Amino acid sequence: MITRLTAPTMFRASAALAIVSLAMLLGCQHSAPPNAGLKVTAQGTALVESSGGHQVGVTGTALKDPLVVQVNDDKGTAVPGALVEFHGPPGVSFDPAAAVTDSSGQATSTVTLGSIAGRSQLTAETPGRSKPVSIAIVETALGYQQRVGFILAEQYCSRCHDPESSPQRVSNFDNLEVKPHPFTEGSTLNKISDTDLTSIILHGGPALNRSALMPPYGNTLSAADVKALIAYTRAVSDPPYEPPGTVYARK
Amino acid sequence: MQTIRKYLSSAWQVLFGDPVRAFGVVSVILLLALAIAPAKEHFSQWHSFQRNYLALIRDRGDAISLRRRFEPGIHQIWLPELGVVDRCTTCHLGLKEASLSDVSQQPFRKHPVVPHSLDAFGCVICHGGQGPATTVAEAHWSERAGEQPILPTRYIEAGCGQCHQNAPPGTPQLNQGRALLTRYGCVHCHAITRPDGSKVAATDHPPSLLHIADKTTREWIFSWLKDPQAYAASTTMPNYELSDADANDISAYLVSTSTAQTGDTVASGARPAAAADPAAGPSLYGESFCASCHAVQNAAGNLVGGDLGPELTRIGNKAKPEWLAAWLENPRTYDSTTPMPHYRFTPQQIATLVAFLQAKSDSDFGSGVHLNGANPQQIAHGRKLIVELGCAACHEINGVQKPENFAPELSTIGSKPLAQIVFLPNMEHSLPSYIVAKIRQPRTFGSSVKMPQFTLTASQTDALTTALLALTARGRAMPDNLRVAAVPETNYQPAGHAGKLITELACFSCHRFNGRGGDMAPDLSWEGSSVQRQWLTDFLHNPNTLRPSLIRRMPRFNLNDSDNKELTDYLLTVYQSPAIDPDLALGASDSADVVEHGRQLFYSKYACQACHIVDTKTDKGYIGPTLTQVGSRLTPGWIYAWLKNPQALRPGTTEPNQNLSDEDAHALTAFLMSLKGTSGRGAKQ
Repeated sequence: MITRLTAPTMFRASAALAIVSLAMLLGCQHSAPPNAGLKVTAQGTALVESSGGHQVGVTGTALKDPLVVQVNDDKGTAVPGALVEFHGPPGVSFDPAAAVTDSSGQATSTVTLGSIAGRSQLTAETPGRSKPVSIAIVETALGYQQRVGFILAEQYCSRCHDPESSPQRVSNFDNLEVKPHPFTEGSTLNKISDTDLTSIILHGGPALNRSALMPPYGNTLSAADVKALIAYTRAVSDPPYEPPGTVYARK
Repeated sequence: MQTIRKYLSSAWQVLFGDPVRAFGVVSVILLLALAIAPAKEHFSQWHSFQRNYLALIRDRGDAISLRRRFEPGIHQIWLPELGVVDRCTTCHLGLKEASLSDVSQQPFRKHPVVPHSLDAFGCVICHGGQGPATTVAEAHWSERAGEQPILPTRYIEAGCGQCHQNAPPGTPQLNQGRALLTRYGCVHCHAITRPDGSKVAATDHPPSLLHIADKTTREWIFSWLKDPQAYAASTTMPNYELSDADANDISAYLVSTSTAQTGDTVASGARPAAAADPAAGPSLYGESFCASCHAVQNAAGNLVGGDLGPELTRIGNKAKPEWLAAWLENPRTYDSTTPMPHYRFTPQQIATLVAFLQAKSDSDFGSGVHLNGANPQQIAHGRKLIVELGCAACHEINGVQKPENFAPELSTIGSKPLAQIVFLPNMEHSLPSYIVAKIRQPRTFGSSVKMPQFTLTASQTDALTTALLALTARGRAMPDNLRVAAVPETNYQPAGHAGKLITELACFSCHRFNGRGGDMAPDLSWEGSSVQRQWLTDFLHNPNTLRPSLIRRMPRFNLNDSDNKELTDYLLTVYQSPAIDPDLALGASDSADVVEHGRQLFYSKYACQACHIVDTKTDKGYIGPTLTQVGSRLTPGWIYAWLKNPQALRPGTTEPNQNLSDEDAHALTAFLMSLKGTSGRGAKQ
């Protein structure tokens, strides 16, 4: 006798097929874990950021210096051969995404920023003894406007406002009687409104009863330039700048 | 069969057995058919994005205003002049909402601030992708014939470069890439024509090989060809990955066809050499500011010096001493277009410098290379290789013509259809990844590929890729009025004896005059309006620096008095600005009172001491030049015009335009002109 496929059995068959194909799809997506092929020989209990954090880069591009983290054990000695995985928000990529620490206990990865400007919270994670140990790393991505601000700052502002000297640019910071505020000095600059910063840039320090050592740039920079400079300052400020009104908008 | 027929006839009976029921069934079917279109729309991707957007804004503080500006349905930006039909804003709903700049959920984030408005340019002009599409896959990733996926953010400046043929300040990566295209000589082999029809010209200076045997040995040529970076890490010469036999044959051809250079240099090499002074070598090298153009690797492995001339870390391995002496005596005899100036060195100085440079050698480089004499077959094979590899596209070589269109033209490489590209296995199927792979490792694309291996950092490769992706068909089809043209270098050439002097001293290598020349040193197009005669004469005799913090400085050319006078006269007479009054008289205002008023303005109102030093005891600022002797250096007309608007005289200079009143500018000019400095700064220090 021929068994006829009744509606319920057909439904069950197609459902099973769907589940299998869904599982296959999911399986495809997770077929290659980032640490595949890595030879892990040890485990540490602590992670330390060695270098490469707090960099400022441009959206979509690789940061100049690689991110280096170190895995330590309880006594604080470096652990070679331990696994470190790097994670970031969508768009941020790592090369490699997982690494095993070298002979000095350090794992290195090149960070490519995502296309969204602003601070990115990255994490480095190592399995640890009982539960994973992770640390947070902050990198900043400059968008178009902020980078224009950075370029203008390098041209007009940084010689005085940046206390650091480089062979290409000797800082004038130490020579000034009244010290200018570095653009990263969030503790001061975050309290000054965009309007006041604009006034100082356009009309010089005396516009807000500050030092005449800050000259007026109102006839030199365009309105868009000034906005770009302020956007750059806000992007690199430490502690981070919270624009007024965001709390209200986010509710 | 029987059963199926039975089933069908009973179903027919059930549905259409009675006219009223049949009418009902037909109505239901009609209704369902009518519902297909709205249902399709309801379940479309863009519709679900619009629902998500509404859900996102519902809980925000400014929900009411956001909701009011939201329009349901498909949105479209239509710009017939540009060929733009962009429906991106159907899903990217928050692009213009300032308050959504903190939203990380795409596609709803506000667009970052850029100079162009969305409504005037649309999206795909800059980002690429398919504007009319209404699904993510089709809009972002379509690879169908003639379609390109959107540009990755990494190369987004390529979008700008389609119209902006100049170097906009906001696109450093694009500008760097374009500079690399010319500096690394890519355009010697690959022609690139800009949309306006002008050709991109190379800015490097590949040496002529016509007299190569005078300059160096066959063994050096062999080692160099095998691995140019082993000789000089910073060289732009690529590695052709030649076998020993091939490098041997090329070196044999070059040396066997090399002709003796004309002129008196061979004689000068043979003349009794003056005794070298070994102790004076480093200081002479330093005083002559060779490092402004030439780099040398220091003990820590870092390159110190400029990149206008070749790296000199191992020059002793390369240059024959007699050639070096002849070159230092007058480089133009060997190479009439070299950017190297003709220093007027004494025979003693030449001997000292030759000894100093010959000592810069590396016993490891090329050790163990001993080449036997070459037979005619090898020489002929060397010529064949030179023709095949296109050496003559960059270098002048005896007996080999410069090839035309040696490599594929790249004028529209940014629109190369993906279907025409043969990708390597395991390679992302996209144009940027293809270009990156081609630049990084061209030889992996097959053994017949002639393109050599360049030494570029990852960021240089990205910059080059950006510049290449900017060369699109869309860029060429843009209306002319939207295109920002490149600023072409003029072919300005001063004439007469002074013009000859300017060429000999290679002033154009560093300085710019009337739109031609380098950017290492100040533009001198208006120098005649700027400086005083005595100062210029003294400066040309012994250029003392105005800005101590600069590393690259003007060298001393050891000019004789008549050449110095000729050059001074020419600079002062010809390079005048119509905007500057050459006879600006300070008149009655040039009194002690006015000078004192100027001093007060300088120190209090304008706080110029922040950047300039007038009194070395109290002032410390050193952003601008030291002004202790400015009254002996600059003309009052220039100072006045500068104070009124520095940006007009030197665009981009750090000093801002302070919008000075005429009175203040006069007083400050009077004060600055009173700063004559200490006397006794003679010409023959």
